[in-house]
Amino acid sequence: MARPLINVPAKVKRGEPFEIKTLISHIMETGFRFTTTGQRIPRDIITYFSCSYNGEEVFSADLYPAVSANPFLTFYTTATDSGTLEFKWIGDNGFSESATVPVTVE
Amino acid sequence: MKKVRMPLEKTTRREILIGALAGGLVATVGLEPARSTPETMRAAIRKVVGSAQVRKGRVDLDVPPLVENGNTVSLAITVDSPMTKTDYVKAIHVFNEKNPQPNVISAHLGPRAGKAKFATRFRLADTQMVTAIAEMSDGSFWSASADLIVTMAACVETL
Repeated sequence: MARPLINVPAKVKRGEPFEIKTLISHIMETGFRFTTTGQRIPRDIITYFSCSYNGEEVFSADLYPAVSANPFLTFYTTATDSGTLEFKWIGDNGFSESATVPVTVE
Repeated sequence: MKKVRMPLEKTTRREILIGALAGGLVATVGLEPARSTPETMRAAIRKVVGSAQVRKGRVDLDVPPLVENGNTVSLAITVDSPMTKTDYVKAIHVFNEKNPQPNVISAHLGPRAGKAKFATRFRLADTQMVTAIAEMSDGSFWSASADLIVTMAACVETL
């Protein structure tokens, strides 16, 4: 449904920060828009995003309606050991999406 | 005796004056963003920083000065920090003046982030000022603001 796209370098050097790019398809309906008949469109957004590296949280964010549709986030983390990056998105109406990406540290 | 006391008195008086001036500057420049901003944004910033002082600097807010489409505005924030275990950026908060809500995003970082930098895309409902505030591990707050001119606003279209 909402398939996330995650971009992580294939190989990273130990101790060096590397960039992580994430994109998830989501309408991010603000709750401030109205239909032509004057009805308010209820809010439907992703409210929370987090990224863990081998179980330890390295980045998280609280999202508000001002974040664009299909939230795109770029951030960094330092390579320690080979392992997995876990991504989690939580939102309105029980929205929940997660993904894991392996990391190879040289 | 008098000759000794006079210069001493002079220095103290000067010190008091300088202190008062500096205090005044901090009160006018340091506490709030440089310009008068709508009350909601100020309240939202207050909610995050509490009674702490917000200083200008150390934050680099990279936004386009002219926005054609308010629905997707690129935003990149870099904070000047060594990002070590003892000195790192705890959080970066972004606020706006004229959207329906003052908050844009609050990113939580830590020493594991490696670089105090993140980027995203956000919406702007009007030409306005955007403020980013970085919360450091030592409890200090630093900020940067940018003005954006929006030609096509978000949040106005009906379906």
